[in-house]
Amino acid sequence: MLRWIALALCLALPAQAGEEVVLGLSQDRVAITATFNGSEILVFGAVKREEPIPNEPLDVIVTIAGPAQSLTVRRKEKRFGIWVNTDAVQVDAAPSFYAVATSGPLSDVLTRTEDLRHKISIPRAIRSVGAPMNIANAQSFTDAVIRIRKANSSYQLLEEAVAVDQQTLFRTSITLPSNLTEGAYATRIFLTRKGMVISELQTTINVNKVGLERWLFNLSREKPLYYGLLSLAIAIAAGWGASAIFRFVRN
Amino acid sequence: MQIYLPIAEVSVNAFLLLGLGGIVGILSGMFGVGGGFLMTPLLFFIGIPPAVAVATEANQIVASSFSGVLAHFKRKTVDLRMGAVLLIGGLMGAGIGVILFNYLKSLGQVDLLVKLCYVVFLGVVGGLMFIESLNAIRRAKKAGGVTKKRKQRTWIHSLPFKMRFRTSGLYISVIPPILVGLVVGILAAIMGVGGGFIMVPAMIYLLGMPTKVVVGTSLFQIIFVTAFTTLLHATTNYTVDMALAVLLLIGGVIGAQIGTRIGVKMKAEQLRILLAIMVLVVCGKLALDLLIQPSELYSIGTGGGH
Repeated sequence: MLRWIALALCLALPAQAGEEVVLGLSQDRVAITATFNGSEILVFGAVKREEPIPNEPLDVIVTIAGPAQSLTVRRKEKRFGIWVNTDAVQVDAAPSFYAVATSGPLSDVLTRTEDLRHKISIPRAIRSVGAPMNIANAQSFTDAVIRIRKANSSYQLLEEAVAVDQQTLFRTSITLPSNLTEGAYATRIFLTRKGMVISELQTTINVNKVGLERWLFNLSREKPLYYGLLSLAIAIAAGWGASAIFRFVRN
Repeated sequence: MQIYLPIAEVSVNAFLLLGLGGIVGILSGMFGVGGGFLMTPLLFFIGIPPAVAVATEANQIVASSFSGVLAHFKRKTVDLRMGAVLLIGGLMGAGIGVILFNYLKSLGQVDLLVKLCYVVFLGVVGGLMFIESLNAIRRAKKAGGVTKKRKQRTWIHSLPFKMRFRTSGLYISVIPPILVGLVVGILAAIMGVGGGFIMVPAMIYLLGMPTKVVVGTSLFQIIFVTAFTTLLHATTNYTVDMALAVLLLIGGVIGAQIGTRIGVKMKAEQLRILLAIMVLVVCGKLALDLLIQPSELYSIGTGGGH
């Protein structure tokens, strides 16, 4: 019922060219508390348009990207009977977290050139300038980053995870894992028709430590000596405390 | 119950950490080793970043060693004088070790060298202790309980700067203990452990100290060396995770108290053979990791460095 009202409202709007995204997020900030164990973000919205719905089906792509980091990827080889790191390749910028949710198979909803332009698929989200000349098959290093990070849910490709109703309403949910790093998570929504991006919207989700987590983290960076001494004091107090308790129990 | 660690930036089960701390604490109390050579690999295994694991482990060893050494003070099995002499060597060694570690880091391959160090030292120390303890047990059975046989004169007794260590019942030069402390300090800094598993056998076989005194004395020395390491890591790398340390040390200090009591009840030979087996198992595991083809040939390191 609600979706019909929404649709009716959309259609009733005065005529204007193009289609636009109206976005809602279940939360635009994620607080990392002491008991933080991952978070689910609900991304939903509607398409605002001032003209009849075109015949081609509408597709929606949602991406969430964590802060970019530079990485060193190493490969092991057998030397003198043991497995040793030999070749290393620098990856200039790889997001600490990256999720792509689409309303259909990615190859159908997005052409290669559009992917290249907007850097949407996981391999495109990683920027690698190039490997040293002496390393053959440098692509395998980038592939390894994707493979390792997919295995621990840091990178997610969620095909057909976006539900689109009446070419107007869409929603999806993306699970953020518990091993999140702090920072601004860029969230992008693309509308595509026939593999071409027709509209784009960008917003950010802030991921921050709060409370005790925040306090400890700040102390460790701003006053490292005090932090170290406090750690030692806690350690010695705990050691002494346990000893005293055991003596008390024995007597 | 899951808990998010602020410095390590991962979420882990709090009870798992308490349990790990407890088990390693018992072993630490029994054998007088800090337990770092067991705990550090275990922390890698549950997904703690290696840099955080090594630094936090140093902090946790302070706690379990302090708890253990108090129990030993009570039964007067700490040779303070010997501990102080070892500590002089130990702090010098830790300083040299950190410089050496950073030099190796600049060459790359530091992981491999650390692992090779583990395999070689754990293998040699564990193997020698195992054989020696087996012989001792066999001898004890044959001779009907006469075990006091370790007081022969060696070259160690002809060195200058002699000092009387009453608690250990020794009158020897300070040069061998300082050298033992120095070597252990260097290795401890490189391998990211307290170094008890090298120091305990060195004290028994090189210095000829009685086993009961060795455990308390090595714990005493380890407290200061690991406290120094903790501060170094906290101020330079910011990798000490207090939340992780607290959970590990709650389990650790309780375990250490239990372990010390078990250790006192056991015969010295049994204690040594158990420690030897444990050391050999860890050595074997690390050696296999180097020899068998890993399932994932690639590894990700953060930062743009080497």
